[in-house]
Formats: sequence, C-alpha cells, structure tokens
Amino acid sequence: MTGSLNVIGYGIAAIGPAIATGMIFAAYISGVARQPESRSVLQPIAFLGFAMAEALALFGLVLAFVL
Amino acid sequence: MTMHLKLSGGEEGFTPPGVKDFELPPIFHDIEWLTKPVLLVALSVVLISIFFIAASRKALVVPGKLQFSGELVYDFVRNGLARDILGPEFMRFVPYLFTLFTFVLVNNVFSIVPLLQFSAMSHVGFPYALAILTYLVYHFVGIKKQGLGHYLKGIAFMPGVPKAIYVLLTPIEIATFFIVRPFTLGLRLFANMFAGHLLLLVFILGGEHLMQGVIGLKLVSPFAFTMGIALTFFEFMVQCLQAYIFTLLTALYIAGSLADEH
Repeated sequence: MTGSLNVIGYGIAAIGPAIATGMIFAAYISGVARQPESRSVLQPIAFLGFAMAEALALFGLVLAFVL
Repeated sequence: MTMHLKLSGGEEGFTPPGVKDFELPPIFHDIEWLTKPVLLVALSVVLISIFFIAASRKALVVPGKLQFSGELVYDFVRNGLARDILGPEFMRFVPYLFTLFTFVLVNNVFSIVPLLQFSAMSHVGFPYALAILTYLVYHFVGIKKQGLGHYLKGIAFMPGVPKAIYVLLTPIEIATFFIVRPFTLGLRLFANMFAGHLLLLVFILGGEHLMQGVIGLKLVSPFAFTMGIALTFFEFMVQCLQAYIFTLLTALYIAGSLADEH
C-alpha cells in the first residue's frame, strides 16, 4: 500500500480549525441560550467566525492536493 | 497522490477519486469550451429566471404557494442579509446580493441533483469569477462613497491607533483588503464544493468497489452506501451554508467600504 504523506499532514492540520469551529459555535449556543433575543445579532458573527476558521482547513486541503 | 488498495481479486486495485475526476471532456469534440460545468451554469440561469418570473408574474396580496416560496428567498436575502448588515442604503445592493445568493445556491445544489451531480463551483474558475466581481464592487463602492484618497487612507491607516502600531498594521490591512479577501472568498466556495464532491465519490465508488470483493467485503459495502446517502444530506446543508456565507461576506465587505471608519 502506497500513499501520500500530504493527507496525514492535512489530517493533523485540520485539528486546529476543528477546535476553532467547535469553540465558535459553543460560544454562539451559550450566547443564544442566555439571551434568546440576541440570536439575529449573533448569527452573522458566528457564521463569519466559522467561515474564517474553516478557510484555514480549506487551505490545508488545497495544499494537500497541490503539493 | 497515488494509492492502490487491492481488495478484490481483479486485475486492477481501487484507485481513490482525485483531481482527475473533475476534468470532464468537452461534450462535442469540435467545441472545446462547451463542457458540463458551462452547460450547468447556463441551465441554472434558465431555471432561476423561470422560477422567479413565474413566482412574481401574478403578484397577489395573499400569495399562492409559488409566490410565497419566491418571496421567502427574496425576504431572506433582503431582510436577513442586506438590511441587517448594510444599514439604511441597503436597497441599492439587494439585486446584486440576491442574484449572487440564488446563483451560488442553485449551482451548489446541482452537485447532489440526480443525473446532473456536478457543481460548476467545484471548478476553480467559476467561484473566482464571482469573487472578482465582489472585489470590484466593494472597491468601487468605497471609492465612490469616500473618494479614492480618503478610501485608501482609511484602509492603510486605521484611525484611533497609536502611531507606532502602523508599522505592523498597515501591511496587514493592505494585504487583507487587496489580496486575502478575494483570494479566500473564491477559495472557500471552490474548496467546499470540491471536497464535498470528492467525499461523495469516495463513499459511493468505494461502496461499489467493495461489492466486487470477497463475501466479507460485500457485507460491508451497504454501510459505505448508507454513509454516502447520509453525507449527501450533509452536503446539502454545506451547500446552502456556503451560498449564505458567500453572500454574507460580500455584504460585510460592502458594508466595510460604506462605513466612514471601519
């Protein structure tokens, strides 16, 4: 069985964005749970943060294919 | 990226899906530019046009089912995205944001529609065309609103910061506005659609390959297909989310250009 080490590297690199995404949504959920009417304010912020964290994981994915 | 797992007794092992699965040949041999993604983009434009013309043609005070579904999408972009983010002069940007949202959404969802099953957005050229459009729009809006000099000064020298910090902050801000934003905006959509398509290919082609293996492997293959179905629903969620995020970021960038001090 032959393979590429890039994919293992990507797997390790994805840990960081995974933790970040979890923390962002944890904060969003607890914010909405404490103050349900703040949902519409928090939602774009949460998804913006999620998009930023996710971009890092996707850079890793692209580099795993490119390199 | 070469990997050959030999599970079956056949001559050739399993080749995992990769970049080559995205290189589709032209439909007719003579016309090189007419590939499946191009046709899908054209189809999406036709479908969106027909749907919204039909939904808005006979507008009633009490909407029917078709009008209601059309208005639901419009309302989501107009009130949920544009009005909340862009403030009082949001109506100017609603047509652009709405077109962007529906276009990206329909093209994304094409990758799980049976028979089509390919998203044009998983080819890097299409998301980047949209990202460049957004890039031009938010710079144009900022220059028109604040004037070229004031706009560039606002980007490079953020007000309310100690002078010494500019050494660090100015390069970062310039890189953010001119390189990182358009680059990540296109890449995010592309990579999500690319990875999603690849994920479904892995489970469904893998399940098919397991079917051809020995009896023990045949028993495992239904699990691979079940995962394929579950991930199809997961992908649907990701596709809607990415259409939302693309439009949300476009609105946020325009809002940043509109604000006098960001």
